[in-house]
Amino acid sequence: MAKAILYDSVQCVGCRACEDGCAKRWNIPYNDTIAKEEEISAHKLTAVVTHGERYSRRLCMHCADPTCVSVCPVAALQKTALGAVIYDEDRCMGCRYCMLACPYQVPSYEWSSRLPRVKKCDMCYELQRSGKSTACSETCPTGATVTGDRDALIAEARKRIAEKPGDYHPRIYGINEVGGTSVLILSGVPFEQLGMKTNLPLEPLPPLTWAVQSHVPDVVLLGSVLLGGISWITHRRDEVAAAEGHAPKPRKDASK
Amino acid sequence: MTRILRLTFWQWVFLALMAAATYATFIRVVYGLGGATNLSDKFPWGIWIGFDVLCGVGFAAGGFTLAATVHIFNLKRFEPIVRPAILTAFLGYVLVVMALLFDLGRPYRIWHPLVMWNPHSVMFEVGWCVTLYTTVLALEFLPVVLERFGLVRPLKWMRISLIPLVIAGVILSTLLQSSLGGLYLIVPRKLHPLWYSPLLPVLFFVSAICAGLAMTIFESWHSSKAFGRSLEISLLARLARVLAVLLLFYLVMRFLDVAQRGALKLVLEPRVESYLFGLEISLMLLPMLLLFRQHVRRNPWALYACSVMVVFGFMTHRLNVSITGMEAGSGTQYIPKWTEVAVTLGIVALGFAIFRFAAKYLPIFEKEGAGEAAVGQAVSPACCPAQGD
Repeated sequence: MAKAILYDSVQCVGCRACEDGCAKRWNIPYNDTIAKEEEISAHKLTAVVTHGERYSRRLCMHCADPTCVSVCPVAALQKTALGAVIYDEDRCMGCRYCMLACPYQVPSYEWSSRLPRVKKCDMCYELQRSGKSTACSETCPTGATVTGDRDALIAEARKRIAEKPGDYHPRIYGINEVGGTSVLILSGVPFEQLGMKTNLPLEPLPPLTWAVQSHVPDVVLLGSVLLGGISWITHRRDEVAAAEGHAPKPRKDASK
Repeated sequence: MTRILRLTFWQWVFLALMAAATYATFIRVVYGLGGATNLSDKFPWGIWIGFDVLCGVGFAAGGFTLAATVHIFNLKRFEPIVRPAILTAFLGYVLVVMALLFDLGRPYRIWHPLVMWNPHSVMFEVGWCVTLYTTVLALEFLPVVLERFGLVRPLKWMRISLIPLVIAGVILSTLLQSSLGGLYLIVPRKLHPLWYSPLLPVLFFVSAICAGLAMTIFESWHSSKAFGRSLEISLLARLARVLAVLLLFYLVMRFLDVAQRGALKLVLEPRVESYLFGLEISLMLLPMLLLFRQHVRRNPWALYACSVMVVFGFMTHRLNVSITGMEAGSGTQYIPKWTEVAVTLGIVALGFAIFRFAAKYLPIFEKEGAGEAAVGQAVSPACCPAQGD
């Protein structure tokens, strides 16, 4: 069953316990200075962002058809059946195409390291695989972040909107964005007011590339036949001319 | 001693660039990408990709274009400029791989795409094409080296396998040139609409051929100056006419594409993107108009100026796609650090130096200038066995 994270901005009090829990789970140092950075980076895989009285959370969206997975030349990124998009640092050569391609600008790089890795939230894949919940939802004191089955969480999100239509913006972010994501977000205001990208296509991005990429065998096949044929014809002319005992007729000289 | 220090101006420039590039390499190795570049999480690709790779591969396009013209279309009159074009291409690719070693976070894993497959990735295709085509170019260039050392027997085998090799080269180049444009198909919301287009692979392919032809004219002009050869002006004029037609084709396609996507009105917005778009188009349009005139094509200086304009127009397009056009959509700004510029200039300088060296000591231009005193010593006739030097 595909898992998902539901983040309810209306219930979030901006305590940053999720940041702390995330850092502990990754063994990354966390302190007041890092807490003030309202941006995800290689040393902060989730970030609470303040928008006046409201908050939003940044983390990997774990797309249903992830762009990063499709662009990685060495298949270092994989979409798991559990929903998490995971990264295998032993494969990665550091081309950073995943960072360029990600519509949410999520993957971060260890820029100052001599042997850098890509860093991003992996939805606590190992924890989830052993039946546990994600670190951020475990540490969230208000229930603003919960982890569960995606379908169940969508139902839960719809219920919250229906019960308190005054408190909630009537949309769930992540159902359709770039083909759907495994992180669902509820908000009290339109999503762009929380600094979220609302201009994204509602279809997955990988087919944009695949539409071209899938024709590579055609190019190889057609190209070989075509070029081979042309080469045979043009050289045959010389052979025929040689056999008939005269130099090949100089082709029409259009020199100008 | 004084003789050693009496270097020409360009040799001093070369040494200065090499020194800067060496220091920049030191910084890259010791302090990593963070110390050596102005790249960030929001702007992960800079000029090492945008210039060194995207432009470098395009400049190499003369190699497959002329190899196809002479060996597949059997237009023998272009034979004198095939070798310099193939040398340029081979050098171009070697330098592109070198640039990649700077840019990759873990350069020692550059071979990973060859064993860890993901056929959905354009970068995977790029990796394979660069590897295979560099091999093909090495083989296409090998006869020149064999000839230099009078190794006749392997030359016979090379001749038999030439056509399949050239066909493979053309296909690999076509795939590679277009896939560099294909890299940006995945960023429809990040790349500015003046450049984002589903036609990117086709536009990259056609403009690369333009750049490749312009580079061929450019280097023929320079080597004729450097080695005192006569310029193959009638040949280059023909090439220039083809270039003008291709530029027309490219510009019409570009215009229709931008217009059809409704992005034409964006040109009028007073933004840096609009200005650079204007620059890019002008640097293609002006040489096109000029090269359609016969007396321009017949004038070495005018021909040279046009080829330089096309090369710069092409560079502007590639940098617009990879840098300028990506800034607004990524919500950030990027100006390369001096180390990035130093490495790039160093690689370009190295390219010029190796080309000059190869043209001096290998039979690159022999068919045209063999009779002339200036090149006489540099060229060893193919029939003679190696004489040590």
